[in-house]
Amino acid sequence: MNSGRRNANAGNPNAGNANARIGYIAFNTFREAVRDRVLYNLIAFALLLSGASILVGEISIDVERLVVVNLGLTAVSLFGVVIAIFIGIGLVSKEIDKRTLYTVLSRPVRRWEFVVGKFFGLTGTLVVNTVLMAIGVLLALLYVAHRFEKMDAWVLVALYFIVLQFLIVCALALFFSSFSTPLMSAVFTFALFVIGSLAEDLRGFARITQGVGGWIATAVAYLVPNFSALNVISQVAHGDAVPGRLILYNTLYALLYSAMAISGAVLIFQRRDLK
Amino acid sequence: MAAIEILDLEKSYLVGFWRKRPKLALRSLRLTIEEGEVFGFLGPNGAGKTTTLKLLMGLVFPTAGSARILGLDMDDPRVKSQIGFLPEQPYFYDHLTARELLNYYGQLSGVPAKGRAARVEQMLARVGLSDSAGMQLRKFSKGMLQRLGLAQAILHDPKLVFLDEPMSGLDPMGRREVRDMIQELRHEGKTVFFSTHILSDAEALCDRVGIIHQGELRGVGAVAEVTSQKQGKVEIVFCAQAVPAGLTSLGAEARVSGDMVNAVLPEEQQDAALEVLRRERLKLISLTPVRRSLEEYYIQKLRPTEGQREREEDRKGVGA
Repeated sequence: MNSGRRNANAGNPNAGNANARIGYIAFNTFREAVRDRVLYNLIAFALLLSGASILVGEISIDVERLVVVNLGLTAVSLFGVVIAIFIGIGLVSKEIDKRTLYTVLSRPVRRWEFVVGKFFGLTGTLVVNTVLMAIGVLLALLYVAHRFEKMDAWVLVALYFIVLQFLIVCALALFFSSFSTPLMSAVFTFALFVIGSLAEDLRGFARITQGVGGWIATAVAYLVPNFSALNVISQVAHGDAVPGRLILYNTLYALLYSAMAISGAVLIFQRRDLK
Repeated sequence: MAAIEILDLEKSYLVGFWRKRPKLALRSLRLTIEEGEVFGFLGPNGAGKTTTLKLLMGLVFPTAGSARILGLDMDDPRVKSQIGFLPEQPYFYDHLTARELLNYYGQLSGVPAKGRAARVEQMLARVGLSDSAGMQLRKFSKGMLQRLGLAQAILHDPKLVFLDEPMSGLDPMGRREVRDMIQELRHEGKTVFFSTHILSDAEALCDRVGIIHQGELRGVGAVAEVTSQKQGKVEIVFCAQAVPAGLTSLGAEARVSGDMVNAVLPEEQQDAALEVLRRERLKLISLTPVRRSLEEYYIQKLRPTEGQREREEDRKGVGA
């Protein structure tokens, strides 16, 4: 190397900007996920399930569309959640365990940039996966119905809500993995997903409960992510419309909830010793 | 300006499951490394070398104290663009190829897009990995990963390079290559701070060494100074098949190997010993003063000091 050459970063004390670094980390996370064979197995499985819905649809006289939409979207949602948890829990802990984080954080990368970059990378991966799986569902739908109808547009809204669910699941997985082991993070995230899917029932229970129990039930019901509001699969399977207001509220809710979980992950990770 | 100024840096971890208690990993470290210096941080495994490097890299947070790197506080984000770091037994994203990895690190280090690709190729060539540039890292051997680790540490042309056990696990050829690279960095005017427990490497490369043991800095010295100290003894090598009786009576410790005898004896007996060789008509090969080796310095510094013994006794006393 030429000894007289100027320092590659001379005159560039901040060495790039935070947005660019977040983008680079997100892209690397996406690339890592895309090159993971396990991911393809899961997608293949989900597509297989969508295909199987055709079979079930064909033996369900007059309700083919209902069965295909219901089964297909449920497969997209469940497999997406599994992928979100599976990858999300390892995002930070794997980097610590394998010490790949050392060579990243010894560069001009702030810890919050790393966490946010990881989140965007995983979210991007899930959006691409969802698009792939959604194509499978729509093809299955086309196969049984022979054409698309106007009400099929609501299937896209249901898919959008599924992506919003993934956003929250990713953020939660990242949050738990910022202080816990991968196994415990998976357990916590999945438990919250299950409880959150029953959030409306919990809120109903809280409304009829009195005293301290009522207070606790209300607090828990509103603290857990409301995944049930993001689940309109059954509604769109029946061809019912989704109100525009719900789309707006759900979007704001998912963004806010994810932002809070990511902020929590950042706050914990900022103070964590990487032993 | 000092490249690194460590000011009473201290680190303790909480250990134990139920009753957490602090365990000191690094005791009030105070150390200054000058610019352009190659500094070896020596100590046995678990001595506190990696903890020190992690503290300086901001990977763990100090319990007390601070440090300045290149005149800036170690927490200052501007520091990171001017330093390079090779962790011990580096592990990289194994889904990436060597070229992709260096490009990614170049992006994170703020190496301008224009010229980044050329810089990456230059680094790959420098560490002899041009032929493997397109291979995924999961197929890399340990030695190749170590070389790639060095490449990523110097990719952005840092002023200061931290290397944690850079020769660890390498074969003799690999060690030689790493040594050559550190020498090159020295000639380029870089400051190199590297930890090792391989003393011959430190002796060959370092301007100064610091010895750390049980989290405590036991000594700092210039290698040339440490190894030039005479021991009050001379080593005489001569041709013979047995040790002459006259030499043994002078208190020489002699060893015969083939047709050569290697004898070490007090400096004041040097003339008398030469007289014995002359008398016996034995051919003298060499006569050199015995100097202290870095190993001896290291061993000496590793022995517990009075203060440490007292602390240990106090600890036992409290424990009892």
